[in-house]
Amino acid sequence: MPALTDILRGKRVDDHRPWPRVIVTTDTWRDVARAMAAGRATLLGLWGDADASLAVHMAVSGETANDIAVASLECPDGTFPSVGALHPPAIRPERAVHSLYGLQPVGAPDLRPWLDLGFWDVRYPLGPRIPPPDVRPAYTFLPAEGESLHQIPVGPVHAGIIEPGHFRFTASGETVVRLEERLGYVHKGIESLMAGANIERAAKLAARTSGDSTVAYGIAFAHAVEAALGAEVPPRARYVRALMAELERLANHFGDIGAICNDASFAIMHAHCGALREVVLRTADSCFGHRLMMDRVVPGGVAADLRPDSPASLKTLLEYVRRRFPRLIELYDNTASLQDRTVGTGIVHADFARQFGAGGYVGRASGRTFDARKTPGYPPYDQLGFEVPTLTEGDVNARVWIRIREVEQSLALIDQLIDRLPTGPIATKLTARRGEGLGFAEGFRGDVLAWIRLDGDRVSRCHLRDPSWFQWPLLEAAIEGNIVADFPLCNKSFNCSYSGHDL
Amino acid sequence: MRRTLLESLSHGPLTEAPPSRDDAALAELAASLERSARRRLGRSLSIREVDAGSCNGCELEIHALNNVFYDLERFGLRFVASPRHADVLLVTGPVTKNMREALERTNVATPDPKWVVALGDCAWDGGIFAGSYAVVGGVSKVLSVDLHIRGCPPSPIEILKGLIALLDAQTAKQP
Repeated sequence: MPALTDILRGKRVDDHRPWPRVIVTTDTWRDVARAMAAGRATLLGLWGDADASLAVHMAVSGETANDIAVASLECPDGTFPSVGALHPPAIRPERAVHSLYGLQPVGAPDLRPWLDLGFWDVRYPLGPRIPPPDVRPAYTFLPAEGESLHQIPVGPVHAGIIEPGHFRFTASGETVVRLEERLGYVHKGIESLMAGANIERAAKLAARTSGDSTVAYGIAFAHAVEAALGAEVPPRARYVRALMAELERLANHFGDIGAICNDASFAIMHAHCGALREVVLRTADSCFGHRLMMDRVVPGGVAADLRPDSPASLKTLLEYVRRRFPRLIELYDNTASLQDRTVGTGIVHADFARQFGAGGYVGRASGRTFDARKTPGYPPYDQLGFEVPTLTEGDVNARVWIRIREVEQSLALIDQLIDRLPTGPIATKLTARRGEGLGFAEGFRGDVLAWIRLDGDRVSRCHLRDPSWFQWPLLEAAIEGNIVADFPLCNKSFNCSYSGHDL
Repeated sequence: MRRTLLESLSHGPLTEAPPSRDDAALAELAASLERSARRRLGRSLSIREVDAGSCNGCELEIHALNNVFYDLERFGLRFVASPRHADVLLVTGPVTKNMREALERTNVATPDPKWVVALGDCAWDGGIFAGSYAVVGGVSKVLSVDLHIRGCPPSPIEILKGLIALLDAQTAKQP
């Protein structure tokens, strides 16, 4: 089995760390796409670039832990060979590259706009910036053929306190024949705001890419900046970051477990899990000064140290959760009417999870044992003992159980982090210089990728890839053949980010 | 489940005790809300939340209002699914251009009298996203806003306080 570095022949870019970035020819670009299509490599992200010249980048991983690389293809004529034509997970990223940069994926199976819903004053905002057409072009949804089919349009404004997006169901009676998502409603233009921002402002933008994963984005962004600048982060800062990351995971998993049960009309789980979530947020507030811990991770370290009483209040939290959570697990496990809704519902097949490189509970409930804390791994997790729970059923129930098991792992991790908390500084001063960096962090939802190009203390380009990019398409597959009424349950069990995806 | 339910009976609720009179924020809030809400709308105020481009941080804290600690409904405030049932539109986010039309249509679907509350720093003026090609930059550029609740995101208590301020102002306008 050739490693990625063997496939990726070309000019290696200086100053890209810690993994190589290679400028490739169209032939090599296609070879990488074929390797992914054959299941020998996984797509981690695909994004555009218009700094020095028009280009597309594709981050891929091979089969071993550190076999990660970025392939870059310069596109002086504004075109590049479509990866999506060979490897479907690239279709939406390519559509986004086309809508944002105007770069044309040649041979792409789908060239409808993505993220651009026709409301901007400019077309290709990160590329040639041309005026939009006078009349907003109609968007055609993919067809479904058969007798007596009907369509149900849902959104962007949904019946709940949730983010906006459009779902187009085609149903035969109660059974969903096809679901197609249309996203982009919360596109804020984060990549354009990043360009030219100083590192401090850029970190704040990253922290607001998906609010529920603000710590994970903070860490991924910091990893990319620190890699680009060759900065060494003090051990204590690594531990404090991990404490925040595990608290964030706990809070979100509690929220999700409760909300999934609530969507099956089992309100008692929702109430109890909501209480657990609130206690986590209050502890975060008392230890870190912000309930969601926004802006507490900064490139170079963390913004503030733990307070002297923080270890004790974290231990109190662990004790509180360990007293209450097992009873809720038992309740979930022993309620037949609830299991009836979650077992066998919304199945994601293992081959889809693998093909799309789905991270988080979506991947791990369908047999994909991937966790960025282990692979490629980053400190302090290399010094801590924890397991990555994996199941193979791929249904709503499995995604609940992965969360339950991850809560248990996070509790154990917080214990270890407090007990082994190193002393010393909490941040290192960054020295501005040119450089490019790639970083990962494992959020509650999956692996967040951050890629950055720095020019002194300014960001010249930054791409953030939410785990949802490779989970949203699987939701369309998971709901097929289920009843419309089970969609909220499936959707909540995925809990994809709209904001993180829309950027 | 029986054990959990029984224990709930014997242990009492987690809901923070109805705030005592001398307790600062919550007590003031509960009392004033009760007075003003009843005068204006009888017993309740229905809120429809619209995410107009938020990072979803504000949504998390709005959700928290429904948990047993804050138990929003005891104040007569509740979230509804349809704008047609709402008295208040609670809008978050810098208003992305992609959401502008949906927000306007939600507003049209909400019957009068209604109030628009802009929640969070983005909803105030676009916040950190101001100046992007993709955002309008604040709810007041699209709808007439009756109240801004600042914060990134505002805490559940701050959101409650803001909703009270709205009720008080509306009551004061009445003859």
